Amino acid sequence: MTDLLLASLFHQNLALTSFLGICTFLAVSQRFETAFGLGMAVIVVQTVTVPINNLIFNGLLQDGAWGWLGLADVDLSFLKLIAFIGTIAAVVQVLEMFLDRYVPPLYRALGIFLPLITVNCAILGGSLFMVERQYDFAESVVFGFGSGAGWALAIIAFAAIRERLEYSDMPRGLQGLGSAFLVTGLMSLGFAAFARVGL
Amino acid sequence: MNATLRYLTEPLIANNPVTLQILGICSALAVTTTLQTALVMSGALTAVLVLSSATISLMRNHIPNAIRLIVQIVVIATLVVVADELLQAFAFEVSRQLSIFVGLIVTNCLVLGRAEAFATRNPIWPSVLDALGNGLGYSLVLIIVGTIREVLGTGSLLGYTLLLPRAEGGWFEPLSLMQLAPSGFFIIALLIWAIRSVRVEQIEKPQHQLSRSEVEQ
Repeated sequence: MTDLLLASLFHQNLALTSFLGICTFLAVSQRFETAFGLGMAVIVVQTVTVPINNLIFNGLLQDGAWGWLGLADVDLSFLKLIAFIGTIAAVVQVLEMFLDRYVPPLYRALGIFLPLITVNCAILGGSLFMVERQYDFAESVVFGFGSGAGWALAIIAFAAIRERLEYSDMPRGLQGLGSAFLVTGLMSLGFAAFARVGL
Repeated sequence: MNATLRYLTEPLIANNPVTLQILGICSALAVTTTLQTALVMSGALTAVLVLSSATISLMRNHIPNAIRLIVQIVVIATLVVVADELLQAFAFEVSRQLSIFVGLIVTNCLVLGRAEAFATRNPIWPSVLDALGNGLGYSLVLIIVGTIREVLGTGSLLGYTLLLPRAEGGWFEPLSLMQLAPSGFFIIALLIWAIRSVRVEQIEKPQHQLSRSEVEQ
C-alpha cells in the first residue's frame, strides 16, 4: 500500500509521467494561488471518484457482474467511459452543492475550479488506470488519493517555478509556453528519479 | 484565399491546436514514443473530431443552452467508444500500446474545445472543415514528435532500420531518454521555439514587466 501511494505520488505521477491533465496544468499555473486551489480540488475529486468508479465497474459493468441474476455472459465494460464521465460530472455537481451549503469558505476557494475538473483528463485517466491495473476497493482509495495529491504537488511546484521565471531573460521564442514545456520536462526528469527511492 | 478553405489551413501552423491553443497536449506527448502509435492516435482523434463537430453542428439549433455541455460530452463519448471498439477489433496490438489514451479522447480538450467554440455556432460545412484542419494540425505535431522520438530512441522507423545501432554492429547509440516521458516535453518546447522564431506574433506578452530602474541596476 505504501508502495502504491509513493508510486502514484512520485514516479508514476499522473501529470509528469502519464501526461494527464497537462492542458489544465499549463493553462492554470501562472499564479501560485490559483494552482493551489485547483490542486486541492483535484485531490478531493480524485479521492472520491476513483473508489466510486471502482464500485460501479466491479458491481455493474465488469464481465460477469450480473451473474447473480443469471445473466453470466453480460459484459457491459464497453460502457465504462460513459459511466465514468457521468459519475465524475455528478460527483463534481454534488460536491459543489455540498460545499456551497456546509463549507462556504472552501466553496469560495474552490468554486471556479470544480466545473473545470469534469473535463480534466487526470480524473478520468485515474479511473481508467484503476480498471486497467485491476485495483481492488482499498487500493483504489489509496491510488485515488495518491494520484490526486501527486498531481496537486506537481502543479503547485510548477506554478511556483513559473512565477520566478517571469523575470528571467530568455530567448524571445521560448518565453511563455516554450519555457513552460522545458520546465515541465525537467520536473518530469526529477520525479522519474524517485523510482529508485523505496521505503 | 477562399474564405471557407481558411478554416482548413489556418490551424495547421498559424493557429495550431497543440503549439498555440494549448489543446490536446496530454495525448500528444503520451502516444508519441513510436510513429505507429502516433499515426493511429492521429487517425482516431481526427475521425472523432470531424464526426462530433458535424453531429453537434447539425443539432446546434435543437440543444437547450443549459445542457449543451452534457449533450456534447455524450456525443463525443459515444463516438470514442465506437473508435475504441473498432481499434480493439482490428488493431489489437496498437490499441494495447495506446492503453487508456484512446478512451481519454473523451476529455481531450481539443475535441470539446472545437465543439464548444466553433461547431455550436456554425453551419455544418465550415464546422467539418474546422474540425478537419484542427485534426490535421494536431496530427502534424504528433507525427513530427513521434518520428523524432522513434528515430533517435531506437534507430528505426516503422520497423525499418535507419540508423544501425551499435548492438547490431553499426555506429548509432540509441538515446534511451527519447523513449522516456521528459523528451516529449523538450521536443514540443523546441518545436514551439522554432515556430515562434518565424512567427513572432505568436509570442505571449509577458505578464509582469520589470520596471526600468530595476533593469538598469
